[in-house]
Amino acid sequence: MNVPTSSPAVAPELLTAEEHAHWRLAWLSTVDHKRIGILYLIFTLIFFAIGGLEALVIRLQLAVPNNTLVGPDTFNALFTMHGTTMIFLVVMPAVFGLANYFVPLMIGARDMAFPRLNALSVWLIPFGAALLHFSVLTGVPKTGWFAYTPLSETPYNPTLGVDYWIAGLLVLGIGSVATGINLITTVLCMRAPGVTMKRIPLFAWINFVNAFIVVFALPVLNVALIMLLMDRQLGTHFFFREGSPVLWQHLFWAFGHPEVYILALPAFGIISEVVPVFSRKPIFGFEFVAMSSVAIAVLSFGVWAHHMFTVGLGHPADEFFSVASMLIAIPTGVKVLNWSTTMFRGRIRFSVPMLYAIAFLIQFTLGGLSGVTHAETALDWQTKNSYFLIAHFHYVAVGGVLFGALAGLHYWFPKMTGRMLSERLGRLGFWLFVFGFNGTFAIQHILGFMGMPRRVYTYPDFPNWGWMNMLSTIGACVMALAAITLVVNIVTSLIRGAPAGNNPWNAWTLEWATTSPPPAHNFDALPPIHSRRPLWDLANPDRPDPPVGTDAMALPNRAKTGLWLLIASEAAFFGTLLFVFLYFNLTPHPGPNSKNSLELGRTLIFSACLFLSSFTLWRAEAAEDRRSRGGMIAWLAVTIVLGGIFMVGQGYEYWGLYHSGITVSRNLFASTFFLVTGFHGFHVCAGLIALFVMLAIAIAGDFRTRRSPLVAVGLYWHFVDVVWVFVLLIVYILPRYLSA
Amino acid sequence: MAFPLGILAPSGSIFSPASPNAAAITHLFVISLWICAVIFAIVAGLVGYSVVKYRWHEGDADPVQLAGNKTVEIVWTIIPFLIVLVLFGLTVHAMNRSDPPLVGKPDLIVIGHQWWWEVRDPRHGFVTANEIHIPVGREVSVELDTADVLHEFWVPELTRKITTVPGAGNHVWIEADRPGIYEGVCSEFCGTQHAWMRFEVVAQPPAQYDAWVRQQLQPAGAVSGDAAAGRKLFDQMTCVDCHGLNSTNDAPNAGPNLAHLGTRRLIASGVVTNTPANLRRWLTDPQLVKPGAKMPNFKLRPDQVNDLVAYLETLQ
Repeated sequence: MNVPTSSPAVAPELLTAEEHAHWRLAWLSTVDHKRIGILYLIFTLIFFAIGGLEALVIRLQLAVPNNTLVGPDTFNALFTMHGTTMIFLVVMPAVFGLANYFVPLMIGARDMAFPRLNALSVWLIPFGAALLHFSVLTGVPKTGWFAYTPLSETPYNPTLGVDYWIAGLLVLGIGSVATGINLITTVLCMRAPGVTMKRIPLFAWINFVNAFIVVFALPVLNVALIMLLMDRQLGTHFFFREGSPVLWQHLFWAFGHPEVYILALPAFGIISEVVPVFSRKPIFGFEFVAMSSVAIAVLSFGVWAHHMFTVGLGHPADEFFSVASMLIAIPTGVKVLNWSTTMFRGRIRFSVPMLYAIAFLIQFTLGGLSGVTHAETALDWQTKNSYFLIAHFHYVAVGGVLFGALAGLHYWFPKMTGRMLSERLGRLGFWLFVFGFNGTFAIQHILGFMGMPRRVYTYPDFPNWGWMNMLSTIGACVMALAAITLVVNIVTSLIRGAPAGNNPWNAWTLEWATTSPPPAHNFDALPPIHSRRPLWDLANPDRPDPPVGTDAMALPNRAKTGLWLLIASEAAFFGTLLFVFLYFNLTPHPGPNSKNSLELGRTLIFSACLFLSSFTLWRAEAAEDRRSRGGMIAWLAVTIVLGGIFMVGQGYEYWGLYHSGITVSRNLFASTFFLVTGFHGFHVCAGLIALFVMLAIAIAGDFRTRRSPLVAVGLYWHFVDVVWVFVLLIVYILPRYLSA
Repeated sequence: MAFPLGILAPSGSIFSPASPNAAAITHLFVISLWICAVIFAIVAGLVGYSVVKYRWHEGDADPVQLAGNKTVEIVWTIIPFLIVLVLFGLTVHAMNRSDPPLVGKPDLIVIGHQWWWEVRDPRHGFVTANEIHIPVGREVSVELDTADVLHEFWVPELTRKITTVPGAGNHVWIEADRPGIYEGVCSEFCGTQHAWMRFEVVAQPPAQYDAWVRQQLQPAGAVSGDAAAGRKLFDQMTCVDCHGLNSTNDAPNAGPNLAHLGTRRLIASGVVTNTPANLRRWLTDPQLVKPGAKMPNFKLRPDQVNDLVAYLETLQ
């Protein structure tokens, strides 16, 4: 195949001629991963403006000591919304948007594995954002973005703001898990011939790894949010009074620290693409960059309590999380050194994407190193919750992640729109960002040393505090100018940017082997693929990259892969629920508890029905394999009846407990019991609904012509039964052997 | 050990420790900053060298396509690992030196409230607020608790910070090598007036400290004139429901105990200095001085404010 690199006279349009007539519908109803990617980026820009304005007001209030521009409540609402917005509505959509657009292209796929699920995910962003911002009408949450209990409980935050915050995050979390499942399935099942797992570009690989963090970390947040919502709406006390404020911190950070890597890893992926292309060399140590991402993903789940060094977990626990957190610096450091070495002996072109990548290298290294000091428990005892911490995580999240995302945006804008961004405005924006960012945050390290705590709406007129804060505020204003420059550049370039052609940067990965923007089906034809840089091989037939591995590849079944991932995510959800049960019930409560309030014998009978239903469903699957419609209908009906008996049994048990005064808010045993069994019950109900649909379709006789999704539904049903085995053991049986 | 940052971090900072506990952390910090500085110099040097040396010029051919080197990768995995081991060892050492375990009963119990600090001295048997007095050169153990949400106790020059977790019995040691006033602050966001939940640690030579303790133990004397009218108002206006006037009983305090208000340097947890004019402002409208504070505006008449201030001034 011939890959033209010369610029065409006219840039192609984002929408086809027919679509222009109904452009609103074209964007609203799209299931094309590229348009969904662009929708993500548009939402990102909108919320970046909102979150940025919030930051600007925060900085203006702090410009001088004892300022009264905004009151304390407004200020507290502003930083809560700023943090929540920037993390959940800016950086996550930004990384998901770029991943959505470019992961399928980089692996030569036509689209994501589940395009309609993809559309659901993207539209959950404005929905979740609307829920979150609905709190403007009822009282914005004033808790900070990690909503520590008891402050976020009803007695201290009585308005509905926190409830809307919870609802918004739950919706966004569900969308994120769906995107995670979609990305993994896409990479596993949608690769073009020749694109083996060893050959996929680093951006695709890192997003693939990252999606696993999403799938496993978000359920933990969902559990914590549901429990907080129960505290606020159903009168339970999971996180205050007899409950545990420290448990909230464990659960939140067990999600929250992996989340930091969810934000950072995609930026690493972008840098891993941009640095080689603009250094005209392959990445140094591909395998080490790839595997260090896996190391980071695994370690990210074992470091959460470094956010909790000051709550008094004791020295042994503090030391464990200290060394675990320091270890994560090693794979991260390996990456930085690989990127730096990629530039060594290259031919570096200082186009705007590369400028951002270089700034990323410097700033992220600073943020990473100050992160190591936070991992040193004793230092964290001084610097935690100070402006030194604010400086640290903004060096990571802005100097690192945002600069990385901007490198990606400038790099891929030509591909997405068919037009080049203005290099002149791009450079101006870059330098404004560099000076603005460092002006804002470098000085905050010193403010932290001097004892300025975070989240204060004003501060006393101590020596030097005034001018340092003023400098920081000026920096923030410069960053606002930078953001305006960026938007102007995007808008003017969209209208009259130079046509980009297919491959303006002479890059080597597959997204550059099609038109800019690509057609709906992405590729007319793919070049031969034997290495990680197919376009390099094409342009340099005399010195191609050494082939990587063999061409042999296996693509697993899409539906099954997706469902297994859903099950993995659900397992994390139930695992967390059962952990919570154990946390509160290892010492039996003096009031109602498992021993004195649960009837084991009756439950075992209902459980037997549920376990039997797995067997009958397996028979139904076997009947379908034999193409026996009657057998399938019969076995499905039996399965539904058995599942129904289980639900009736659970209902009967609830009824009995209710009548002996054991309601969800009675004590922590009751709260955790209803939490665990209730969510299991919801899942059984969902399974029953799916089985009813299967039964209805089977009765209608549709399965003669095509295979049913019964295997997928069956997997889910078996999973729900397996969960009940654990519930039975942990909730009903284990507590009988525990003494007070 | 000197570090250039010391110049940028004047008094009040964690780089001017006034206790062995804080000094242990500062010492670790200085070492860590040097190590970080060297690592940063290596990365920045490598990037900077390439930026200067390997610029692309029009017509340049693509360079040698070097794709990696296993030995180099192994070396730069092992070296950071060794650095981590060293840092971890130093960290454990600093943890033990800066935060030894509590021995016996605490000398002080500090209770965080939205938005002020209650300070109880169980050994001498008195209570005060927002001002912690300690004798110079003696280790004082402090147990932390909270009356409501999480707060965090932080005196950068003296000791580590620690959260006040309900019922957890967290504790810190504070000690000061030299007399002085050390700024303390709540560092965990705790609601509306988190910013003004400041306190001071006053380190005094032992004789002065003992005199201060004796003063705290004294009951309030009789008052006359405006002050007597103020005393009456104090009961009538229900001030007494939240603010104790006896520093030696154990009754819980919804607001700061005022038995020896006149001895404190600041009011409203650090918002303003303790002067008659500021007291007048505070009593006239607390919500103007500290918006959101739990003390309501009692809509006092100016003469009532004068009487109350006259009374509060006698509380030495």
